[in-house]
Amino acid sequence: MIAESGLAALWLATGFALMQVMLAWGAARGADSNGAPMVMKALRRVAIVQGLLALGAFGLLVTLFVQSDMSVLLVIENSHSMKPLIYKVAGAWGNHEGSMLLWVTVLAVSGAGVALFEKRLAPATLAATLGAQAAIAIGFYAFLAFASNPFLRVNPPAPDGQGLNPLLQDPGLAFHPPTLYLGYVGLSVAFSFAVGALLMRDVGPAFARAMRPWVLGAWIFLTIGITAGSYWAYYELGWGGWWFWDPVENASLMPWLAATALLHSVSVLATRDGLRAWTVMLAVVAFSMSMIGTFLVRSGILVSVHAFAVDPTRGTFILGLLGLYIGGALALFGARIGTVKQGATFELVSREGALVLNNLLLSVILGVVFIGTLYPLVAAAAGVQLSIGAPFFEKAAVPVGLALVAATACGPLLKWRRDQWKALLGKLLAPVVVAGVIFAVAFALAGAEHWMAVLALGLAAGLAVASVLPLVRRNLRRTPIAIWGMVVAHLGIAVSISGMAADSAFKSERLAAIAVGQSVTVGPYRIELVEMRPVVGPNWSALEAHLKATRSGGAPFDLFPQQRFFANPPTNTNEAAIATKFDGQLYAVIGQGDGQGRWQLRLWWKPFVTLIWLGGALIALGGLLALIGRVRRERRDAENDA
Amino acid sequence: MKAKHQRLTLALLALGAILGASALAMSALKDQAAFFYAPGDVHGKPLPLDRHVRLGGMVEKGSIRRQGDGVSIRFVVTDGTTTVPVAFRGVTPDLFKEGSGVVAEGRFQPDGSFVADNILAKHDERYMPPQAAGNMHETKTLEQ
Repeated sequence: MIAESGLAALWLATGFALMQVMLAWGAARGADSNGAPMVMKALRRVAIVQGLLALGAFGLLVTLFVQSDMSVLLVIENSHSMKPLIYKVAGAWGNHEGSMLLWVTVLAVSGAGVALFEKRLAPATLAATLGAQAAIAIGFYAFLAFASNPFLRVNPPAPDGQGLNPLLQDPGLAFHPPTLYLGYVGLSVAFSFAVGALLMRDVGPAFARAMRPWVLGAWIFLTIGITAGSYWAYYELGWGGWWFWDPVENASLMPWLAATALLHSVSVLATRDGLRAWTVMLAVVAFSMSMIGTFLVRSGILVSVHAFAVDPTRGTFILGLLGLYIGGALALFGARIGTVKQGATFELVSREGALVLNNLLLSVILGVVFIGTLYPLVAAAAGVQLSIGAPFFEKAAVPVGLALVAATACGPLLKWRRDQWKALLGKLLAPVVVAGVIFAVAFALAGAEHWMAVLALGLAAGLAVASVLPLVRRNLRRTPIAIWGMVVAHLGIAVSISGMAADSAFKSERLAAIAVGQSVTVGPYRIELVEMRPVVGPNWSALEAHLKATRSGGAPFDLFPQQRFFANPPTNTNEAAIATKFDGQLYAVIGQGDGQGRWQLRLWWKPFVTLIWLGGALIALGGLLALIGRVRRERRDAENDA
Repeated sequence: MKAKHQRLTLALLALGAILGASALAMSALKDQAAFFYAPGDVHGKPLPLDRHVRLGGMVEKGSIRRQGDGVSIRFVVTDGTTTVPVAFRGVTPDLFKEGSGVVAEGRFQPDGSFVADNILAKHDERYMPPQAAGNMHETKTLEQ
C-alpha cells in the first residue's frame, strides 16, 4: 500500500501543480479585479499543498527503504535488509529514481516556501513566479511518472536486495546529495522570480530583494555540498586528491559559479538599482546550470563514477525538458528585455564596477568549465573520442581565478557610485605588503617550479588582510551582520585558496612496497609497518595495516588503512587512514601484497590541506550571516510597511 | 557616465569575457585534451607520441606481471584483436583485474608500448567506461 500511496501522492501533486499554473495565470491577469485577493490566497494554498504532497511521496519512499520492502524494484536494486539503518535511509536517494524524486520534492517545497513567506512582492509578480515554479515541477513530475517511477513493484517479491554500492556506504552520502540538491533546486526559485518579473515587466529593486534570500540560501547549500563532496572524495576514494575536475564535480561547480555571480549582481540591483538585465540573465543561467548538471549526472552520458543511470530514454526526456525551460526562459528574456528600463549608472572605479568585474571573471571561469565539461560530449557526437582532465582546467581556469582573488580584495574597499584610484591604492598598501612578503617566503621555500601555487599563496594572504579591512575603524557592535557575512566569506576564500596552494606546492608523496617491520619516510614522518591483520565490520571484512608514524621529537601515533571487501554487491574499496595535525594531514593507503610478504604503501604528507575545507565552511558561514542579516532587515522593513 | 555609454561598455566587457573564455579554453584544449585510443586505433599507424592520451580496452588474461620493486606492474591491453603492452608504477584501483575493462592514462613510447601515469578501472559490476564499451562492441561486430 505504501508504494501505491506514494505514486498517488505524486499524481495528486501533479494535479495541484497544473491547478497552480492556471490560478497563477488568473491571478496575474486579473491582479486589479475584486476577486484578486481570493485567487492569490487560493494560489498560495495550492502551492503549499503541492509541496506537502511531494514531501509525502518522498517520505513514503524512505519508509519503503527503512522497511526493506523487497516487492519494490528500487529497494531490491539499491538496498539490503542487513544494511545499517542510516544507509537504508540514504539508499532512498543513492540511486537515479530516488534522487530525482528528491530533486522534485525540493522544487515543490521551495515553491511552497515562496508562497508562505513572500509578503512584499507585487501580487501579480508573485503569482507569475509561483506559476513558473509549478510549470517546472510539472515537467519533472512527468519525468518521474513516465521514465523514472521510483515506486515500481515486482511480482513475486525478491528474497533480499542487491545492496548499495559500497563506495556510497559512507555517512558523507547521507548528507551530500540532499545538501547539493537544496542548492541546485533552490536556484529554481531565482529562475522563477526572474521569469515572473519578466512576464509582469517588474524588474527592479523590489524583485531583487525578494530573490536575494533565496539565492543566498541556495548558494549556502551549494557551498556546503561542494565542500563536503570534496572532502568525501578525498577520504573515500583514497587517491589523495580533493578535486578531480570530474564532470559530476563540474556539474556542481557551474551552478555555484553562476550563483556566486548572481549573489553579487543581485546586491547591486537591490541596493543601487543597477545591472537589471544582467541580474535577470544570471538568474536564468544559474538554474539552467543546475538543470544541465542534472542532465549530465542523470542521463548517463558521462564517463564517471557517478553515472549509474545508463538509459537513453531518460537522457532524451531530460534533454527535452532542458530545451523547453532554458529555451523558453531565454526566448522570454529576448522578447521582454527591451521593456526593462535602464537602471542607475555608476563610474567604472566604484563598488559596482568591482562587482561587474567579479561577475565577468566568474562568467569566464564558468565558460571555461562549461566548455571543458561539455566539449567531450560534443566531440563524441562528431565521432571523436577524447577526455578533458585536470591539466585543461588548471591551465585555463586557475589564472582567471587568481585574477578574481585580486578583484575580491579590492571590491569591498571601494565606495558605491564612484571612487578614486588613489584612495583604493592607499587602502591596498597593507594587503600588498603582506602578499609580497608571503610570496617571497613561499617562493624561497617552494622554488620556481610551483610559481602558480606560490602566486596563489601570496594573493590569498593579501585577500585575507584586505577582507577584514572593511571592519577597521568601525564600531564592531553596530556593524550590520551582512557586512560580517561578507568579511567572513571573503576570508574563507583566502583560507581555502591558501590550503589549495599549500597542498599543491609543498605536499610530499611516497610509493613503496615494504614488509612488516620495515619503514619508509614521507615529508617529516617516518612510517613503520607494524602488522597486517584481518578485521570484520557490520557488512564487510577487511585487511588492515597497522602503521606507526613518528616525527622527529614527537610522540608516535598509529594509522590503520584498510582494504575492504563487501559481499553485497561483491566489491573492494580502499579505506584511507588520515591523521590530522595542526599543520597538515598524513594520508595513508594500503595496496596489494606481492605474495612475498611485501605490501604496497602509498603515503602523502599534505601541509595545511585542511584549510581547503575550513575555508569552504567559512564561506558558507559568511553566507549564513548575510542571510540572517538580510532576513532580519526585510522583516523590519515589512513591519514598517504595515 | 552616460547611460548609453555605460550600457555599451558593459556589453563590450561581456563580449570580451565570452571571447576571453573561448580563447582560453581553445588554447588549453589544443594541448590538454586527451584523445582516446583503443589498441586497434594505433595498430600500424603513426603513434601520437607528443601528447597525453587515454588507452582503453580489456586487461588481457594472464598478462599482469608485478615487478621487483613491488610497486610497478606490466600488463597488456587488448581490444580482442590487437594488443598494447603497458607499464605502470603505482597502486592500481580496487577493480583492476585480468579480463576486466580498463582505461590507462599516459603516453605511447616510440617502441609502441604505453607508459601509464594513471589507471582507471570500472567501479562496479555494472559499470564500464562507455568509451571502452563502444570499442569492445565495435570489435565484436567486426568479428561476427
